[in-house]
Amino acid sequence: MIDFEFEPQVRAQLKMYHAVAEGMMRPISREFDEHEHEKPWPFYEAMWSAAQNLGPGSTSESSSKSDGAVKLRNLYTCLSTEELCWGDAGLFLSIPNPGLGGAAVAAAGTPEQKERFLKRFREGKPKWGAMAITEPGCGSDSAAITTTATRDGDDYLINGTKIFCTAGEMSAEKSEGFVVVWATLDRSAGRAGIKPFVVEHHTPGMTVTRVENKLGIRASDTAMIVFDNCRVPANHLLGSAEVKPTGGFKDVMATFDATRPIVAAMAIGVGRAALDYVRDFLKDQKVPIRYGLSPRRLTTIERDFMEMEVQLKAARLLTWRAAWMLDMGMRNSLEASMAKAKAGKAVTLITQKAVELLGPIGYSRKVLVEKWMRDAKINDIFEGTQQINLMIIARRILDYSSKELN
Amino acid sequence: MISFELTEEQRMIRDTVVAFATAEIRPAARLADETGAIPDSLIEQAWELGLVRGAIPEDYGGYGDTRSAVTGAIVAEELAFGDLSIATHVLTPRLLAFPVLEFGNNEQRIRILKDFASDKFVAGTAAFLEPRFDFDASALATAAVSDGTGYLLNGVKCCVPLAEDSANILIFATTNRDLEFGGVDGFIVPRGAPGLTISGREQNMGLKGLATFEVKLENCRVDKDSRLSGDNQFNFTRIVSQGRVAMAAMAVGVARAAYEYARDYAKERKAFGVPIATKQAIAFMLAEMATEIDATRLLAWEAAACLDHGEDALIESSQARNYAAQSALMVTDNAVQILGGHGYIREHPVELFLRNARSFAVIEGVATV
Repeated sequence: MIDFEFEPQVRAQLKMYHAVAEGMMRPISREFDEHEHEKPWPFYEAMWSAAQNLGPGSTSESSSKSDGAVKLRNLYTCLSTEELCWGDAGLFLSIPNPGLGGAAVAAAGTPEQKERFLKRFREGKPKWGAMAITEPGCGSDSAAITTTATRDGDDYLINGTKIFCTAGEMSAEKSEGFVVVWATLDRSAGRAGIKPFVVEHHTPGMTVTRVENKLGIRASDTAMIVFDNCRVPANHLLGSAEVKPTGGFKDVMATFDATRPIVAAMAIGVGRAALDYVRDFLKDQKVPIRYGLSPRRLTTIERDFMEMEVQLKAARLLTWRAAWMLDMGMRNSLEASMAKAKAGKAVTLITQKAVELLGPIGYSRKVLVEKWMRDAKINDIFEGTQQINLMIIARRILDYSSKELN
Repeated sequence: MISFELTEEQRMIRDTVVAFATAEIRPAARLADETGAIPDSLIEQAWELGLVRGAIPEDYGGYGDTRSAVTGAIVAEELAFGDLSIATHVLTPRLLAFPVLEFGNNEQRIRILKDFASDKFVAGTAAFLEPRFDFDASALATAAVSDGTGYLLNGVKCCVPLAEDSANILIFATTNRDLEFGGVDGFIVPRGAPGLTISGREQNMGLKGLATFEVKLENCRVDKDSRLSGDNQFNFTRIVSQGRVAMAAMAVGVARAAYEYARDYAKERKAFGVPIATKQAIAFMLAEMATEIDATRLLAWEAAACLDHGEDALIESSQARNYAAQSALMVTDNAVQILGGHGYIREHPVELFLRNARSFAVIEGVATV
């Protein structure tokens, strides 16, 4: 039955995430935006131990989560992600966790590889996982990557340059984590030759050459990583080495069906932060927002604010739907792309409008609104740009292959 | 627990209604728009689906189905997918029957509901909208003043569907403008009541297949028992919300009709040697249209779910309606654009969808869930 309500246990959990966002993230938000390459280690330690105590595999997991939360894992991840990004999207992305690297292992690895590589996130000191796909010469066109993996005895040698790798520095050089690198076994085979390789932290031949200075999400490290005859054991190739049309590339692409709703949820958290701030601000200024009234009788501020609110709601409902479908075992590529495209666009506009509504105050770095506008923009770009997501939607609704519509 | 799954009954209803809309309603749409007439046989066929009768309890002669705003929204969308005028016509009796059911006393229910539990379509309607550019449901100009044994009604209503053919019209009038929604009451007024005049049929940009009228009330006197006065206190806010959810749902239906038509056209139509759907400009328009249709539907369903939980849902329904008016306009406008010059001619249905879609921002009170 159509239902948009959560159970009390879920509401309680979200309150807890909100407390983290408000009590732990907001107070350090501005500091780690201004000082881009510094790290909030106490925050990382706290989040890491909380995850150890409450996360998957922990003794308290089953008791702390309701049946709903366990059954609708992706959906409830979107909800908690929204809360934490309401706090600070950059800090959220920088929290020690398996990341996209872990997601790639979970999607493409053999059971043995999953155990071997993912176990570390359940124990010991904070660690990060990352995924390196994008290169200086290709972003959206990920099938055109030029990083190579060449067989050499029992190993592969990886050569190439990756950029825009989230948590790349923390994964490669600042913790006992790993980076999953997309490299090709055979350039002439196109997509079929592209495979994911796990490169352990501090592997010789893997060097972080640059950590970017960004418009927003500054607390999250975005790395350029150079692979120069970087040697990895053959059993670090996730899944099977066979060059075939299915597997590898497709498996990892499939992880995007799961991560796109979560990225949409990130955007929604940032959008909501801006909306909540504007709402409280207008209330303090005694500017009324009169719902139910004919639009013709509203002031421009009311119309703008209500428009921002409903755009956020629309994006949120699309996101929930995409995540729910995944939890129900349904294919959700179309819906995930709809959610991501909508959220990226809507939250870009919402946060830009929030700065505008607050005039010079919105523009000032004394208030976090301008930061949220900067943080929001990335959601329109990474994990599939808005345009690529529109392309995916279009292909699905028109039933066209990538050859027919590109 | 959050769920986007329809019940089996809802799936069945949706499938039945969309099949009917596709096979019977859509083929009749162009003629209804050009001539203003809908064949009686089509109305009777639609009536047989039991979409109004279903929600009337067995005690009053109906099927006694559980009334659900979500189900009502599904029905409204699928009928509107066929044609907005025909859909609105078929559902018009709800405008009288549902408020009487929810807020009428037993005598009122017995008197009024039997017409809508019958085998044949019987017109009944409500008068909500007023002819002012800044119409506001919380500031109705139509007023009711008590004179001890009855009420005097004064005001002008417009866009009243099927007024000419309705034995009874439910008039929404305020007894206390200061109370906004809280000051509004519903009065069951017989068409022949002295002081009530029905104009000639209105001429609008769209909704041309639907017969709508202006209803003027000049010291129209009605008895005390015409005021809806059941055990449930009359709740105009809820009625407004139900109307807005219906509009949002119908907007989804119209938008979907336009989108599917444009999508199919774009896959066939060639330019520069290839189907235009293979060009990004067109493909991206279609992608945005599909996304907005789905988003609008979810907003409508969320508001409907709130109504089903017993809430007034004014904010949610207003959000859904406002969003739907915008998205339906974008989708239908894009559909005309995709068909280019052919979209502009009154042969393909997209220009009709556009004219109908514009109504959602300006017309209110002609449908309910």
